[in-house]
Amino acid sequence: MAEFEPQIIAFCCNWCTYAAADLAGTSRVHYPANVKIVRVMCSGMVNPMYVLKAFEGGADGVLVAGCHLVDCHYIDGPVKCDTMFARLKKMVHVLGLEEERLRREMISTSEGVIFARVVEEMVEQLKKLGPSPFKIKMETLA
Amino acid sequence: MNLDDIIQETKTYYCLECGKCSSLCPIARYDPQYSPRVMVENALLGLEDEIVYNKKLFSCLTCYTCQLKCPSDVDYPLFIQKARVLAAAAGQHGDYAHSGTLQSITKLVARSPLKQNRLEWLKKDGYRTSEKSDVMLFIGCSPYFEPVFEDIPVRTLNIAKASLKVLNSLGIEPLVHPDERCCGHDALWVGDVETFKKLAEHNAAIIKESGVKKVIFFCPEGYRTFKLDYPNYVKLDCEVMHISELLAQRLETEGLRFNPSPPVILREQSDRRISLRVNSVKRKVTYQDPCRLGRHLGIYDAPRKVLQAIPGIELVEMEHNREESICCGTSCFTNCDSYSKQIRVERLLEAKATGAETLITSCPKCQTHFRCAMVNKGEEKGPDIEIELMDLVNLVAMSLDIPFHIGD
Repeated sequence: MAEFEPQIIAFCCNWCTYAAADLAGTSRVHYPANVKIVRVMCSGMVNPMYVLKAFEGGADGVLVAGCHLVDCHYIDGPVKCDTMFARLKKMVHVLGLEEERLRREMISTSEGVIFARVVEEMVEQLKKLGPSPFKIKMETLA
Repeated sequence: MNLDDIIQETKTYYCLECGKCSSLCPIARYDPQYSPRVMVENALLGLEDEIVYNKKLFSCLTCYTCQLKCPSDVDYPLFIQKARVLAAAAGQHGDYAHSGTLQSITKLVARSPLKQNRLEWLKKDGYRTSEKSDVMLFIGCSPYFEPVFEDIPVRTLNIAKASLKVLNSLGIEPLVHPDERCCGHDALWVGDVETFKKLAEHNAAIIKESGVKKVIFFCPEGYRTFKLDYPNYVKLDCEVMHISELLAQRLETEGLRFNPSPPVILREQSDRRISLRVNSVKRKVTYQDPCRLGRHLGIYDAPRKVLQAIPGIELVEMEHNREESICCGTSCFTNCDSYSKQIRVERLLEAKATGAETLITSCPKCQTHFRCAMVNKGEEKGPDIEIELMDLVNLVAMSLDIPFHIGD
């Protein structure tokens, strides 16, 4: 059987982390292809529901990444995101998911290498944890 | 099931178009676009699309006000429940409040296997539970509500804690099951029958396996779902009961007394007559009948009996009480809008007009909705609608000197 390949959904802010991911690509930095990026205008707009929906859809891990505290295009997006993330963590904990499946990062535009490293670390961690309990088992798709 | 079957099942064809439903409907009072009478008329004219693709279908509070007054005995709430299944099959849904977080949680917990961490609070504070007990306390969604409504703030888990403490003081050590799931109430009422069935089957299975004979609820929605909806889908051989019913029963038959005394908790057990020494809680309170407990199940007296038995409590009724009581404005976290808000503000003003200091309810969702209205004041109504909110069980716990009294 093939090795388990975790699926990561990354909510990336348009101004920093999405650009960082772009930079990682243009600078030819290698990072695993397990991450699917969803571009959002600000990390502060990420709602707990987005993340739960990702798990509903079969994600094994979710990354919420945006600007550093002082860089926000909308002044206090990262602060809102942190507040949301603290609540989200509690919800996910009650649901019985491991804390490591969620990750909150601040990655600025120039930090393409850091983005690549974060994704690598997450993939490694998720491989240890195994598939998410919410994953619907796909019956042999021909 | 198609529209004709729904008409047959809910006896919609008896409708006289008298319009009593629309004139009583709390939503229709504020929202001119919603009318139960038009909805039924459209059904009878066979205009299925007018019902299925109508967003207002999800505005109904299923509060039973119309059903109790309908001269033709049309089961409008059931009609709504079934019509929503049709709408859901056509890919329609209401506007979920909180972006659908709660609906998402319901869907996630319906998947198995699952290792929830829902009972971490049990480890502290010396709760007495027993795995072999034949009584179960259904905790329901409160561990999930806690983080979701953190900012309002509502502490629904305090109701669970207080319920357990109150049961302990009555000498009951209930089973609290770590693998219980959402009762499925919201899933059923937004038309997601598939999720509801899974949840019902799971809950029925764990109850059967643990061999309990009685399940106690502090949430009227769970109680209604177990009592009226589960029998249609699964076999459940146990008695279900709301905690206010249990308290009222104990007050009457088994000699439970709330005795005013110095603030010492003492449980005397002799010849099964339990006497609880309580604090006198000096307070003027009013009581909000939750729709599911009141109109759905006809339990109006039990909570009032319990309230009146607590020394120091003076119960005053609001203008609309018992059957006429007004719903808290939203059901199943769907279509919560400015009309819902208006209903809440009106109800809170009514509560304030009684001169009561505290509004007592026995449904965690009523509490959530009212508190939300108080936090998001708007409309210059701020201080006019501020009132202390408390669950019935929390008040009982307070009188027993158990420190989970206030709702926050």
